[in-house]
Amino acid sequence: MAQNDLIIRFGGEGGEGIISSGDMVAQAAARSGLEVLTFKTFPAEIRGGYAMYQTRFAHDNILCEGSGFDVMVAFNQEALDQNVKLMKEGTVLVYDYPGGDIAEEQNIPGVTCYPVPMSKTAKEDLGMYRVKNMVAMGAVAELFAISMDQIRETIKEKFGKKGAEIVELNFKALDAGRDHVRNNLKKTDPYKMDPGKPKEGTIIISGNEAVGLGALLAGVQFFSAYPITPATEVANYLSKELPKFKGTLVQAEDEIASIGNVIGASYAGAKAMTATSGPGLSLMQELIGLASISEVPIVICDVQRGGPSTGLPTKHEQSDLLLAALGCHGDASKVVISPEGVEDCVYLTVEAFNVAEKYQVPVIILSDGSLGFRTASMKRPDPKSLRIVNRELYKGNGKPFARYEFTASGVSAMALPGTPGGAYISTGLEHAESSAPRYTADNHSKMLDKRFNKLNDIEDFFPKTEADVQDGAGLGIITWGSTIGVVREAVKLARAQGLKVSALYPKLVWPLPLKALNGFTSKHKKILIPEVNKQGQLARLIKSETGLNSISYPIYGGMPFTPAMILDKIKEVI
Amino acid sequence: MTTATEPLKAKDYKSEIPPTWCPGCGDYGVLNAVLKAFADLQIDINNTVLVSGIGCSSRFPYFVKTYGMHTAHGRVLPVATGVKMARPELEVIAFGGDGDGFSIGGGHVPHVARKNTDITYIMMDNSIYGLTKGQMSPTTPLGMVTSTTPYGAPDNPLNPLAFCLTYGATFVAQGYSSKSKVVEDLVKRAIKHKGFSFVNIISPCPTFNKVNTFDFYKDRIGELPADHNTKDLNAALKYAFEGIDGKIATGVFYDVDKPSLLDRLNGIKDKAKASVDYDINKIIDDFIP
Ligand SMILES: Cc1ncc(C[n+]2csc(CCOP(=O)(O)OP(=O)(O)O)c2C)c(N)n1
Ligand code: SF4
Repeated sequence: MAQNDLIIRFGGEGGEGIISSGDMVAQAAARSGLEVLTFKTFPAEIRGGYAMYQTRFAHDNILCEGSGFDVMVAFNQEALDQNVKLMKEGTVLVYDYPGGDIAEEQNIPGVTCYPVPMSKTAKEDLGMYRVKNMVAMGAVAELFAISMDQIRETIKEKFGKKGAEIVELNFKALDAGRDHVRNNLKKTDPYKMDPGKPKEGTIIISGNEAVGLGALLAGVQFFSAYPITPATEVANYLSKELPKFKGTLVQAEDEIASIGNVIGASYAGAKAMTATSGPGLSLMQELIGLASISEVPIVICDVQRGGPSTGLPTKHEQSDLLLAALGCHGDASKVVISPEGVEDCVYLTVEAFNVAEKYQVPVIILSDGSLGFRTASMKRPDPKSLRIVNRELYKGNGKPFARYEFTASGVSAMALPGTPGGAYISTGLEHAESSAPRYTADNHSKMLDKRFNKLNDIEDFFPKTEADVQDGAGLGIITWGSTIGVVREAVKLARAQGLKVSALYPKLVWPLPLKALNGFTSKHKKILIPEVNKQGQLARLIKSETGLNSISYPIYGGMPFTPAMILDKIKEVI
Repeated sequence: MTTATEPLKAKDYKSEIPPTWCPGCGDYGVLNAVLKAFADLQIDINNTVLVSGIGCSSRFPYFVKTYGMHTAHGRVLPVATGVKMARPELEVIAFGGDGDGFSIGGGHVPHVARKNTDITYIMMDNSIYGLTKGQMSPTTPLGMVTSTTPYGAPDNPLNPLAFCLTYGATFVAQGYSSKSKVVEDLVKRAIKHKGFSFVNIISPCPTFNKVNTFDFYKDRIGELPADHNTKDLNAALKYAFEGIDGKIATGVFYDVDKPSLLDRLNGIKDKAKASVDYDINKIIDDFIP
C-alpha cells in the first residue's frame, strides 16, 4: 500500500549527522516530485544532546509539521527514550542495533521494529563511524521506497568537493544499509512512499532563507545584523547573495548598532533590514521608537525563540508579540506582520518592505524558530509578478520642503540626501512640520495622531486576513504565525469528522485588522485562540482592542502545536 | 539664491534655527569653526549629512543647513555608518559629546575605529553631562565634584585620543574651542581624510563644569611640535597621555592612510561579481531541489 502522507523522524545526538540525513531525505523526496516540510529541534550546545529532524512528505500541500511521526529512526538510546511514548499503534521504529548505543533488542507492542546495525556496519565494515547516518539512510530508503538515485545525487553534490573517495564511501554505506534490509529484514509495515512526478517550477527553501529571498525580491540594498540563533541564517544567506546585487551587508557590533545602521541607510534612501531574535529585539526597542517618530522606513525580522532572557535559544515559541506590538517607550506606531509558512516568509517579507515604504514606519516580521529552520517546498516565485512599493519622495519642486508636513494620508514626502532644497533634520525629538524641535502640547498631539492615523487604511493595503467560515459553526479559531498551518490542518480533520468550525488567519497582527476581526467574531459564539506562549498574547491584544473574551489556549513547552492537540481542544470547547 | 559662481560663505551654512546653547558655551566656537571649514571646503549642502546622538552638543545638526539626523543617545556612530555605507558619495560627519560618545555609545567607537569606517567624528568634550545638568561624564577628572559625585568623582577619566588610537583610528586630532582657526583646520583635515577620523574638541561648559573652565585652560593648552611625525603611533600615544610640556596637546596626533570599510566592502562586491541588474532568477535556481 502506498502512502500519501508520511512523516519520518530521525533522532540522535547532536552532531551525528541527524540533520544531514533529514535534509537528504527531504531533498530526495522533493526531487521525486513530492511536497516536503521539515522540522528540527536541536540542543543549544554545538555537540551532544538530543537532536531531532523530521521530514513530512505528501502529494498535497503540507500545512505543518504534523502530529507525531510514522517512522522513527533512532540513532541512540536517548532518541528512543524521548520518542517511545509518542509511538502510536502502527508506528515503525528503525534503530541502531546491535553494536550501537541501544543495548537491547526492541519489542514495543503495536510498533514494528527493524534493527539495523548502523554503528557496527559503519565502524567495522566501512572503517568510518561518521557514515553511520548513511547506513541508516540506505535502510530507510529501501524500506519506504525513497529514491536511492536521488539520494546519491544529493551525496554527490554535498560531498563532491571533498573528493571522489568520500563520495564512494558514502555510497558504500548507503548500499550497506540497503543490503541489510534486503538480506535480513522482512518488511511488515504498510508505509511506502509513492513518488510523484518531478515537478517543474518547485523550489525547496528554509524559512530563514525565504526571508532573505523575500528581501532581495523587494529590492533590499542594505542589511546589518548581529548573530543570534535562530535568526543567523537570514544573515548568512544574505551575506552570500546581497553583494551580488551590489547591496551592502554589515555585521554590526551588537543589535543596537545593527538597527542604527539600518536607520541611517534607510534615511539615505536604501531599502534596509535587520534580522534578530528576542534578546536582540529587546535591545532594539529604543531605536525602533526613533524610526517610528522620525518616520524612517525599516524592516526587522524577529525569528522568535523561547524567552525571556536567553531562555530556550533553540526552541520554538511565539512570545514576542507584545514586545513587537507595544514594546517601546512612549506611543510608537509600528506594524507587525507574521508569516505562517516558508512561502509566506518570501511574500510577506516583500510586503513588509512595501508597508514600511508606503507608511514610513518600522515593520517587524515575526517568524519563529520552527519556521525559520523548516525547509519546505513551494512554487517558485516570479519576480515580475510582485507588487513593489516605494516611498513617496520630495523631488525638489521649488515648494519649500517640510519633512513632517501634515497631509490627508498622514504620510509626508521624504527628501533623500542629494535632493536640492530638501535638506532637513530627521529627528527623534518631537518636531514641527519643518522638523525643527517643537514640544507644544498641541503639536505633540497632532504629530502623534499623524503617525498613528497614517496606518488607518493598512488593513486594505495589506489584505492578508483570510476568513475560513463554515456555515452554522459556533466555534471560530483565531491564530497567528506558524500556528496557522497547524490550525488549518486541524480544521480539515475536524470537518472530516463532521464538526463545524471556522477559522481566521490574520497575517497583520499589529495594528489588529479590526474589520476582519469584528466581522469574524460577531459570527461565532465562541472564539478559541491557540498560540505558543504563556500569556495568551494575541488573545490579550484582541481583548484590549475589541473587548472580546476568547478562550485562550496557550502552550509553552518549546514545541509547536500539533493538529491533534488543536483537534482535541476543538472537541472539548465546541 | 547663490549660483555656482558665488562661493558659499560660512553664514550661508547657518540654518534658521538659532543655537539653544547657554551663553558662553564652548560649542559656539566649534559651530563657528565648522561653518568656516565648510565654507572653505565649499561643502555641498545637499550631499552632506550631519548625524548626532543626544546631548547639548548633539543639537549641532539643527544649526546647520545641510541634511541631518538627530538620533538617540549614544547611537550616532551606527546611524552615521548606515548613511555612509548606503550612500558612499555623501559626506557624513558625526557630532556629539563625551557622554554620548564614550559612555552610552562607548561600545561603538572601537568598532568604527577598527573598521576604519569612512566617517568624521567630532566630539565636543566638556568633561560633564550638559543636557542632564551636570553629572559626571567619562572624561570628568578623578575627584571632581559634580551633581552625581558630591564627594568627588570616584572613576578615572578615560582618554578619548588614546582610546581611538588604540583601536585603529587612522586620523586622531584634538582642538580647543577657543582656538577657532586650529579647530577649523583640524575639521578640514578630518573631513578630507579617508577612513575614520576623530577630532576631540575641548569645549567648556560654563554652566555645569566649574573646574574645566576657559580660565582653567588658558595656560594649559599647548600645541604638538611642528616636527611631530603623524605616522608614528607611539609618539601619538605618548602625547595623548602626557601632553606637551605639561600642557594638553592640540593638533593632529595621528594621520595614516589605510584601506577603509568602504574599500573592503567594495572588495567583497568585486569578489561577488556584483552588478545592479544581477538576475535574481539565478539565485532562485539554487533552491531547485
Ligand atoms: C538612553 C538614554 N539615557 C539617558 C538619556 C539622558 N541623557 C541625555 S543627554 C545625556 C548626557 C549628555 O552628555 P554629553 O554626551 O557629554 O553631551 P553634552 O550635553 O555635555 O554636550 C544623557 C545622559 C537619554 N536621552 N537616553
Ligand atoms: S549646559 Fe553646558 S554644554 Fe550645555 S549648552 Fe549649557 S554650557 Fe553648553
